[in-house]
Amino acid sequence: MQLTTKQRTRVDWFLTFLRIAALALIGAGLLAFIAQAIDANNPFARWANPDALSLTGKQFRDLVVAGLAQGAMYGLIALGYSMVYGVLGFINFAHGEVFMIGAVTGAVTSSKLAEAGAWESNFVLCLLLVVFLSMVVCTVTAVIMERVAYRPLRGKPRLIPLITSIGVSFFLQNFILVLLGPGTKSYAKMPDWLTEKRTFLEIQGTRILVLAVAAVAMVGLWYLVERTKTGKAMRAVAEDAEIASLMGIDVNRIIVKTFAVGGAMAGVAGILWGLLFNSVLHTAGFLPGIKAFSAAVVGGIGNIGGSMAGGLTIGVAESLGPLMILEPLGVSGPSQLRDAVAFAVLIIVLLVRPSGIFGERLPSEERT
Amino acid sequence: MTVTGDFPTTQGTSADAASRRRLLDQDWQKLVRAGGILALGQVFIALSGMPVNFDRRLLIDPILSLGYLSLIWLPLVVSYWVGREQVLEGMTAYARGGRDVLAGAIAGALGNAGLTLLVVGITHFDIRDPLVNWSPQLLAILHFEESVWLGAVIWPVIGAATGALGGGMHCASTRITRTAVIAGLTVFGAAVLESVITDLSQGFHIEAVSDWLYGPKRGLTYPAAIVVAVAAIAVMAGIWAYRDSAMRAGLVGSRQSPAAPGESDRSRTVWRRFISRRLLGYALVIAAVVVLPLFLGRLTNELLANVGLFILLALGLNIIVGLAGILDLGYVAFFAVGGYSVAVLTSPGSPRFSPEMPWFGALFIAMLLAGLVGLFIGAPVIRMRGDYLAVVTLGFGEIIRILLLSDWLSGTFNGAQGITNIPGVEVFGLATVRGFEPRSVLYLVLFFCAIAIYVSWRLENSRIGRAWMAVREDETVAEVMGVDTVSAKLMAFVTGAVLGSFSGAILSAKVGSVFPHSFAIIVSIVILVVVIFGGMGNIPGVIAGAVVLIGVLGGPNQPGLLQEFAEYKILIYGALLVWMMLQRSEGLIPSVRRAQELHIDEMNQDAWLRAQAEADDATGGGGGNSSVGEQP
Amino acid sequence: MSSVPMLEITGLHVVFGGLHAINDLDFTVDEGEIVAVIGPNGAGKTTFFNAISGMVKPTEGQIAFEGRSLLGLDPNKITSRGIARTFQNVRLFANMTVLENVMVSQHCRTGQRMVDALLQTRRFRTEEEQVRARGKEVLGFFGTRLTGYRFDQPASVLSYANRRRLEIARAMATSPKLILLDEPVAGMNPVESAELTGLIGKLRDEMGYTIVLIEHDMSVVRDISDRVVVLDHGEAIARGTYAEVSANPQVIEAYLGQSAKGS
Repeated sequence: MQLTTKQRTRVDWFLTFLRIAALALIGAGLLAFIAQAIDANNPFARWANPDALSLTGKQFRDLVVAGLAQGAMYGLIALGYSMVYGVLGFINFAHGEVFMIGAVTGAVTSSKLAEAGAWESNFVLCLLLVVFLSMVVCTVTAVIMERVAYRPLRGKPRLIPLITSIGVSFFLQNFILVLLGPGTKSYAKMPDWLTEKRTFLEIQGTRILVLAVAAVAMVGLWYLVERTKTGKAMRAVAEDAEIASLMGIDVNRIIVKTFAVGGAMAGVAGILWGLLFNSVLHTAGFLPGIKAFSAAVVGGIGNIGGSMAGGLTIGVAESLGPLMILEPLGVSGPSQLRDAVAFAVLIIVLLVRPSGIFGERLPSEERT
Repeated sequence: MTVTGDFPTTQGTSADAASRRRLLDQDWQKLVRAGGILALGQVFIALSGMPVNFDRRLLIDPILSLGYLSLIWLPLVVSYWVGREQVLEGMTAYARGGRDVLAGAIAGALGNAGLTLLVVGITHFDIRDPLVNWSPQLLAILHFEESVWLGAVIWPVIGAATGALGGGMHCASTRITRTAVIAGLTVFGAAVLESVITDLSQGFHIEAVSDWLYGPKRGLTYPAAIVVAVAAIAVMAGIWAYRDSAMRAGLVGSRQSPAAPGESDRSRTVWRRFISRRLLGYALVIAAVVVLPLFLGRLTNELLANVGLFILLALGLNIIVGLAGILDLGYVAFFAVGGYSVAVLTSPGSPRFSPEMPWFGALFIAMLLAGLVGLFIGAPVIRMRGDYLAVVTLGFGEIIRILLLSDWLSGTFNGAQGITNIPGVEVFGLATVRGFEPRSVLYLVLFFCAIAIYVSWRLENSRIGRAWMAVREDETVAEVMGVDTVSAKLMAFVTGAVLGSFSGAILSAKVGSVFPHSFAIIVSIVILVVVIFGGMGNIPGVIAGAVVLIGVLGGPNQPGLLQEFAEYKILIYGALLVWMMLQRSEGLIPSVRRAQELHIDEMNQDAWLRAQAEADDATGGGGGNSSVGEQP
Repeated sequence: MSSVPMLEITGLHVVFGGLHAINDLDFTVDEGEIVAVIGPNGAGKTTFFNAISGMVKPTEGQIAFEGRSLLGLDPNKITSRGIARTFQNVRLFANMTVLENVMVSQHCRTGQRMVDALLQTRRFRTEEEQVRARGKEVLGFFGTRLTGYRFDQPASVLSYANRRRLEIARAMATSPKLILLDEPVAGMNPVESAELTGLIGKLRDEMGYTIVLIEHDMSVVRDISDRVVVLDHGEAIARGTYAEVSANPQVIEAYLGQSAKGS
């Protein structure tokens, strides 16, 4: 938009320096990784990190699949952030806790079902039931949250509901803590046919299941938003709530529905967490929540397809990043830094391309 | 907007028979909804384990434990809330009476029926698997270790009684209810402050007082509670009487005041009186703060030192959030930088680099480092939208913690084992501050608090402080009015960072060790709650917020007065944050400026109108109309 | 100095997406003039002000103030060059006091550092005194309306007309040479508006400011403007004195729409 050259301040120069430094670091890491993959003894690889072990093809594929599976989960959570941001223009920090409540619901119901003996004999049916229950609980949580904490703040500056949602987040986390105790809640044991590595590319069955469930949920959501009347109303409210209300759309109801849909998606994501990690803690929602928000930003906030893509990006980045960029550069114990990598992705994306990779879709007055 | 009972007009209508409603003319739907909400709340409180965990802590010796209090306060609040009515101009103000008491009683009874269900539920089902507190102990508390039937019946009765009390608060005049509430809170406060008061009375060698006040199980004794309540009521009555006489004098005074020319003089003398009284108050507080630690025991000094650390942190964050309006959720990063740099520089146990510097030298370097980190974190985020900025700063805070914890940097920071053996603070050969002497730590903390207060106060009333406030109010306009918003925001970051690093530096000397887990995100959030609770941008408010919250509930890793709350404090902080934002975004204590405005407004309204009239006379007839639209 | 106009804008274009908010606009203001910019709603008047004050980056064209280009400067730099403005929808610092509002806008004319404030240096104290005195002086321009106890009131409690006045005071406090007034009398009653019109005249005659104002109230435009520029769809469709412009058929059409053509 500007033809004119902007006068650069010191801060601008520093930012440019940071951008270049970040990209250079990533580039150097990748180069060293490639060098090590070709020959661990070539001078560049040795200079970067003499002890680095390059990944075998199988390890690499496992990491990618693991990253994609987690990324799909992040993507489902990110939808909730993205949709609420699109409609109300604030970050619902507590959305990660909704996801955690879904995972906990799954743990409780699955272990109850296992006690009753149904889990083993009728796994698919039980799984569907667990997913359904988790979706219901999460939807109810999200709707109550909207009603109690956010609706009275409609129209306030957007930092006010953001701060409120931080409060809601810590409240929900500790709500679960005091009700269910501090111990981990385990999922019932997955059936063997699912957990063992299948001959199909030797990918763990649970990961395929996770990707499949996420895909189904995404298609359902896409249909809801793009093909139904509710979806059209949602998009209208996201574009301009005031005008939508003049066109006869009940904005309140649409906002509730947005929260409900976001909650349902978080419920599905909660079960995916259970499938991937088999147990859940009351603190489990916080980091995935932040990462999912990062995913929403990376994909372009307000953009539904972008959220999923952003989730997959974050998932793969945090799975591969430590081993492909940090380890080749001589960082020891890089897997401990995966959370830091996820945050770094967010920061770098905001530095390099603040509107996300796929472009954001925001209400008209939010655009700058 | 709400016109409450003490307005003379609403009391006047009580004589009007038409505005009195019949006993059963209730808003049933609202009552049922309130009852339902209350029932959910009560069941949650019961199942959260508060009644069981707090049962040992007696408040009033034989009668009331904190556990039972946790089951009683909510019906009171909800039934009061049910009876609240907005009376706007033009609406009928109904007389309050038996109907409101009944409404409260119904809501309370309905709500506590939830506990009845719980009693029946616990006796018949066992779902202890997910719900850890679904236990016989809870049942024992709920039915007073008597029969299930008693438990099932008594809770609705208790609910009706407390509810009637809550609803009845609308019937009495505001003064009576306010006095009652304050008396109740004073008794609660006296019971909670048991350890401090015992400590104080030992310090002053008047153990007899605390022995008389408190029973063997830490609660106030029965007669002591009554005496405390009566004393509180007496003090309140005195305050009301003083206010009445002051108001009467003020009204008479303003009528007799000379016309417009004397107006500004008058306001100036009012000011002077106001200011000098405040200065006197400050002087007293400072004297008390300096002298009091000498008479306090270890526990209380320790507690106050923790409070002081959070005052420091909160004042630093107050500059960033309260003055400049930047929501920084990663403030703990600066705390960590302060703590770890002092640890590395002073401890002989620091793995890679161990210069074993004196504390003050290390502090200086810690300040520089924190300022640099502030610049480094600030620069990339400064142009982001406010909400993105919040998440990114949170990310930076986490990154710093993760790096401190990592194997990669464990050569310098020792990973999860942390850095130990940090020596105390040598104060120029005069004294040594060590963790096991809480009094010395407290004085060190107080010294830095004084610095932080001075810095905040001075900067607030300077060019940069005004620039910060302008950025907070409207960044675009601030920029157009000639404020370099980028550098103003960066300065806020750096100043806040340096103040935060003080706290970290003191913490590492106080505890003698630093661990990454002391710098989790929750620390940032608790500091934010303190700042918001105290009132953003308001220095006395922030200090009061820290004293109340950290003193009573405790910090994320530090115990407060109510140590029983340890498990519940984050829950309470979360709920408090939501409540604060919903109720009043400006914090508990109104900012000084707002208070002054109210004051001056009352004093000057008449004089101003007169001045206007005179000015209009001077400019001629036409001006008379122009003032019509502008009366405040 | 007299040969170079104070503000000279040539070939200005501002494009938002597909919308041409300003289209090839030329505009000059000489020192000591009062120029009114009028035009129907959505004609691009406020965008024009935004472009001058640096809030919107022009797509094309040149903006020069006292012979030096303003392009690429941050708004605060433009203000320190000597251009101040008010806003159509009054945007005060609502939770700051009246006096603080005018003190903060002297930011770019003062130079104290944080150290000065912390150590209470002589420089700090004299400068604070000056800033305060200058603030009171500026507020005094509006008679007693913003003085006395008003100094310490938050801007949010002021009446609407007083907020408009405070906006002008805040612009004056930046010690500008050129003031851009965006609908200064909007929402005022006729008496207040006449009074403010007089004050705007005084701003030029007594204080020596050059003024560009956007205004819908034609009586104000008639009373004080030396020249009038009419904008429509981002283009200047007429220029001249009020009498010339008000007789221009194109202007009448722009204001009254197609129906004017037929009659």
